[in-house]
Amino acid sequence: MDLYFPIAEMSINVLLLLALGGGVGILSGMFGVGGGFLMTPLLIFIGVPPAVAVGTEANQVVAASVSGALAHWRRGNVDFKMGFILLIGGFFGSTFGVWIFTKLRALGYIDIVISLCFVTFLGIVGGLMVAEGARSWLRSRSSKPVSTKKLHQHTWLHGLPFKMRFRRSKLYISALLPLSIGVFVGILSAIMGVGGGFIMVPAMIYLLGMPTSVVVGTSLFQIIFVTANVTFLQSVNNQTVDVLLALVLVISSVIGAQFGTAFGSKLKSEQLRALLGILVLAVGCKVGFDLIVTPAHLFSFAVTGGH
Amino acid sequence: MKIVKRLLSLGLLLAFVPTPALASSLVVDLSSNQIEITTNFTGTNLLLFGAIDRKGDVVVVVRGPLRPEVVRRKERVAGIWINRVAVTFEAVPGYNFVASSRPLDQIASEETLRRLQIGSERLHLQPVDPANKALASTFRKGLIDLKKRKALYSGKPGKVLIRSEKLFRADLKFPSNVPTGSYTAEIYHFSDGKAVSVSRTKLSVQKAGVEAAIYNYAHDHSAIYGIVAILIALFAGWLGGVVFRKA
Repeated sequence: MDLYFPIAEMSINVLLLLALGGGVGILSGMFGVGGGFLMTPLLIFIGVPPAVAVGTEANQVVAASVSGALAHWRRGNVDFKMGFILLIGGFFGSTFGVWIFTKLRALGYIDIVISLCFVTFLGIVGGLMVAEGARSWLRSRSSKPVSTKKLHQHTWLHGLPFKMRFRRSKLYISALLPLSIGVFVGILSAIMGVGGGFIMVPAMIYLLGMPTSVVVGTSLFQIIFVTANVTFLQSVNNQTVDVLLALVLVISSVIGAQFGTAFGSKLKSEQLRALLGILVLAVGCKVGFDLIVTPAHLFSFAVTGGH
Repeated sequence: MKIVKRLLSLGLLLAFVPTPALASSLVVDLSSNQIEITTNFTGTNLLLFGAIDRKGDVVVVVRGPLRPEVVRRKERVAGIWINRVAVTFEAVPGYNFVASSRPLDQIASEETLRRLQIGSERLHLQPVDPANKALASTFRKGLIDLKKRKALYSGKPGKVLIRSEKLFRADLKFPSNVPTGSYTAEIYHFSDGKAVSVSRTKLSVQKAGVEAAIYNYAHDHSAIYGIVAILIALFAGWLGGVVFRKA
């Protein structure tokens, strides 16, 4: 069954979309990730124009992060003060990101930049996940005691000005740190159509030293607003948000996520993490391969001057 | 029953249209002048039919919408294929369909076909910047090849069937990726290598229904569209969370 999507301007098999959305939803439920970093490249693989894939995914991630953030908020796992600082940075970053996006699109470079961002970040994140999974697997075999670290080390980062107290996270750090993380992830969010949780979460743990219990909830909380900003600006500047496509993906991924959560609680987390890492690496490799392999069509065309 | 009606009106036309003394009379109609792209659009065919008053060949060209298009060529830079060079052409048809009663080269001379822009290779595509002629010709060929592969330009012409040297019909094919806009169908009556008569009909391709509403809203009221998109997502996310919390 094919549906014609008005902004993507193509017909896509709905069953294929439901399978993709459901599949990514299962993974996001299992691992508590947003799934944008898998969904955007998958949409590009099935032929959706990269600019539309990015705009539409930002829209879908809004929905995905709302349900996640609500669940964490009910359990009191959101540091609103930290989330607010992150989201001020994210707001500026994503606004700047959409501006870059619009410029690159006019020059005809946006597809390549989107692909390069995915290769880089999927490669790094996937690689780290696989390495981490392998390490913990080795550790469990040799059954050596895990070395205990301090909660967080003090480095030059803690000498920065504008210190603020974040009670929920038990931190007293410079506001510039979360602000700049917010800016960086905001830029990526705009260009890649992702929530950026896969970068935000490790940055919160390792750079800010936040307790893991509040990390995911706080990240999801600020992702809602940053992806909403991206959705709005992409709609205004580029008209690349396909609400119909986003809706099909939202429905399938919300349902998938429920199954994923149920699966996830039954399986061993280290092995799962390594599996997800392999999947992320595979998608990254496919994006990279498409950049290197000689394309079937060297030429491309675009209507200029708008509609 | 639209077609029957049209055929009837064609019959009336045939009866009453006065024939000019020299030029041949050519009467044409389309099964519809409008193509609507709706949610389940997967391409469509229109029936073009008409009559000629003497022996000859019929060629149908459907062309539209004319817009400037930028053509980019990928080049390998540090192992990666990147869009490097771009040439912009004026008034490029988004779609170009050709059908003929016999192979084109048997109907008219290359010069005539070129003058009338019959056949995708014979389209007069002019670069906006006329400075780089050599580059423009490579890019022109690249563009036409690509559009052929996307089924937007005809390679081999489609069929025009002529019955008893008078009535003719042709199926005009529009693929699912047909661009929206206004089109012109040109119907040529060739006799002894000369176009003795030509008829033009306008037709339009438009998004319709929900598709049109969404597309137009996204372009005409993009700020409100963005806000509505966010609200839908917020609601869907909240609903999903509530529904499945109980389950």
